[in-house]
Amino acid sequence: MTFWTIQTLNGVSFGMLLFLLAAGLSLIFGLMRILNLAHGSYYLLGAYVALSVMNVSGSFVVAAAAGIAAVVVLGIVMERVFLRRLPPREELPQALLTFGFLLIVGDLSLAYWGGGPQTLPKPEFLELPVRVGPVMFPAYRLFVIGVGALVGVSLWFLQERTRLGAMLRAAIDDADIARATGIDVSRLSTGVFAFGAALAALGGIIAGPLLGVYPGADFEILLLAFVVVIVGGLGSLKGAFFGGLLIGLLDNFGKALFPQLAMFTIFAPMAIILAVRPSGLFGSR
Amino acid sequence: MSALAVQELTHDFGGLRALDGVTFEVAEGERLVILGPNGAGKTTLFNVITGLLTPASGRITLFGRDVTRLATHRRARLGLGRTFQVTTLFPRLTVLESVLLAVQGSDSARFTLHRPITGFPRLYARAEQLLADWSLTERRHVRTRELSYGEQRQLELLLALAAEPRVLLLDEPTAGLSPAETASVAEMIRRFPRDVTILLIEHDMDVALALAERLIVLHYGRVVAAGPRDEIKGDPRVAEIYLGVEES
Amino acid sequence: MKTKLGVAAGALGLALVPFALSSYQLGLLTKMLIFALFAMSLDLVLGYGGLPSLGHAAYFGVGAYTVGLLALRVIDNFWIDFGAGLVAAAVTAALFGLLALRARGAYLLMITLALAQVLWGIAFGWRWLTGGDDGLPGVPRPSAGLPWSLAGGLAYYYFVLVVFLAVTAALWIVVRSPFGMALIGIRESERRMEVLGYDTWRYKYAAFVLAGVVAGLSGNLYVYYNGFVSPAYLSIVFSAMVLIMVILGGAGTLLGPALGGAIIVLLENVVSSSTERWLTVLGVIYVVVTLFAPAGIMGFLMNMGGPYGSPHTPPTRGELPTVPTLPARGESPTIRNV
Repeated sequence: MTFWTIQTLNGVSFGMLLFLLAAGLSLIFGLMRILNLAHGSYYLLGAYVALSVMNVSGSFVVAAAAGIAAVVVLGIVMERVFLRRLPPREELPQALLTFGFLLIVGDLSLAYWGGGPQTLPKPEFLELPVRVGPVMFPAYRLFVIGVGALVGVSLWFLQERTRLGAMLRAAIDDADIARATGIDVSRLSTGVFAFGAALAALGGIIAGPLLGVYPGADFEILLLAFVVVIVGGLGSLKGAFFGGLLIGLLDNFGKALFPQLAMFTIFAPMAIILAVRPSGLFGSR
Repeated sequence: MSALAVQELTHDFGGLRALDGVTFEVAEGERLVILGPNGAGKTTLFNVITGLLTPASGRITLFGRDVTRLATHRRARLGLGRTFQVTTLFPRLTVLESVLLAVQGSDSARFTLHRPITGFPRLYARAEQLLADWSLTERRHVRTRELSYGEQRQLELLLALAAEPRVLLLDEPTAGLSPAETASVAEMIRRFPRDVTILLIEHDMDVALALAERLIVLHYGRVVAAGPRDEIKGDPRVAEIYLGVEES
Repeated sequence: MKTKLGVAAGALGLALVPFALSSYQLGLLTKMLIFALFAMSLDLVLGYGGLPSLGHAAYFGVGAYTVGLLALRVIDNFWIDFGAGLVAAAVTAALFGLLALRARGAYLLMITLALAQVLWGIAFGWRWLTGGDDGLPGVPRPSAGLPWSLAGGLAYYYFVLVVFLAVTAALWIVVRSPFGMALIGIRESERRMEVLGYDTWRYKYAAFVLAGVVAGLSGNLYVYYNGFVSPAYLSIVFSAMVLIMVILGGAGTLLGPALGGAIIVLLENVVSSSTERWLTVLGVIYVVVTLFAPAGIMGFLMNMGGPYGSPHTPPTRGELPTVPTLPARGESPTIRNV
């Protein structure tokens, strides 16, 4: 009984991390049609910067803020200085450019932070387990789930209920018409790009105490985020959320139950969904 | 037997009914013009007939054969050709290469991969013949994207014709052309082989009336009038729907 | 005529150059030829068919693993192992093509990536079969079953060279055949091709599988060359590297990607000998090429002096350079009589 409870909890918390990544990927793609492979870098760099700042400041909150800020700057530079120069709506040049950044950030991080896995310390108040009924839950896992849920609800509220969200939806629908009605699509794009990068960095930071940070984590998380987006549907927030949960649970139970075949428990459902619904569970076509 | 018949064709975009029970027939060799204001469903009708869109309901028959569920290329192979309103060509290929592709589409060589295309003189002969017939020989080595817009519209027609269609759907072939270019394109269509059945979407009334034997008028996805040219010309409903739209 | 002379000179040069090279340099040249083949295989789908893939390493790796496993564990016979490698790559491409080719653009990129990743996962996780991340060391050079051994560096170079020339010639014919022309037409306008009566899916699928076989072939050659196979051969880095080889050389030409493949291999060799930061350099190459040379080396050369580089046709950004131009058949006698 506890095995299932704990594994489910782990799966859901990992799913929430994947959601943070996939939501940014999806938003950026929805608005700008950019397939951002450097999303994995944001995750990695956020965690590494937070780690270094944590070592100096000792405060998790300061470290998290610094990690997110660094990644947001990188995201804005990438969007404004580099991606803008590419022909719009062509996936391949964008994918190649962002892949270049993925390589550069990964390799320079390896040079600076070294090759060994490192763990970000938890904030002190989340060290202790929490008792819910008869079961003891690790507080930090609950915290991760809480962050994911909070981000999910805020995003939904932002997109559906605010003026900014309405502008965003209009721009995703048809950028030209949105521009004609006075929406500053250029600034909106940079904002969304920075926001997506921030979510990925946040993912990396809160994953730091659970999964650690190590060279190659950028590729791993990127691939899983892709699977989430393929399963959930590119450009769909709902898809990112439920896709994240599904893949998080599948990955966790796969690793726990069939360690040798862990990949299959994720990719087999993906292949089936692809065959039945090529645009994902919530994708539009 | 009619060349093309559509029965009760219906198609929806989201909640919008683009085609609402469209029914008509075209006889072999007939030239039919489809009139209607923007948004009447004319291009949608062509997309459904050629299989680029699947209708919600209804039936399409080509020379008596039900093609409603057939893939686009299968319909093309049964003799259904078309042009597009928005020029749809091969930008980086030359005129000759484009016409070769069109000719090759109905040739048994089209799946050959162990011999260069230069090993098929018959394809070149047909392509060169077509270029000569339509006075494009001089331009054959020019890349499509370097042609003038008028020439591109002409090439669009030529590609459709090169596939040897028995039924040809022309979607606003004169859109965006100068009066002189319009006249030459209209002349080109008039010179098409007589046995090719033609359905033409046309906004230019002069062109439409000069080419049409029969007209149908589409409005909000319905056929609101149909008949021989002179009958439709005098129909007050047509004037009401149609006049004033021409300017837009 | 000029092209034919150039090709003959190039082939002759490649045949004679070993006598001027050290065995280390010869080994590097062998590797360059193998990756030139790999890049050309991707170009068939990307440059001619307009279908990008972020998982092309899958077929390379499947070929390499099949040869490696058979040679080490089952039977060390060149014909069986090599043939099985090609069949395995073909089957993989046939399967992946069914799933991937329903998508386009960004989805196609993601799906090919994810599918290749499944194989990477198997190679990485299924230790008793694949050796996990240690890979399979000690794959012998081909000799068993052959009239003479290809174990020596020089013999193996000539073997690779013969395969390279034969496959390049075959691809040259394919991209100029009616099939290749149709593929180019699909890249330019799939919709137009459909209404002209082409079953576009069939062309894309056939090209996808053919490209997979040639990629598998280069994987076969590489595992013999290296004597080693590891999950890295299936990784996204490998897939992305072959993509940049194609773009760097010039997609939509055969020579360009071959050149791109050779250049990247050479660069890796030179850079790695002086710094550990090869991946950073590679990353910078991605950025520079996509920003400043989207048409690649061939595109650059053609715009310099080619017949279509005249001032009134500025090359459009991010565009493939040119398509193979057909010989001007208008001048041929068969046509003149029409």
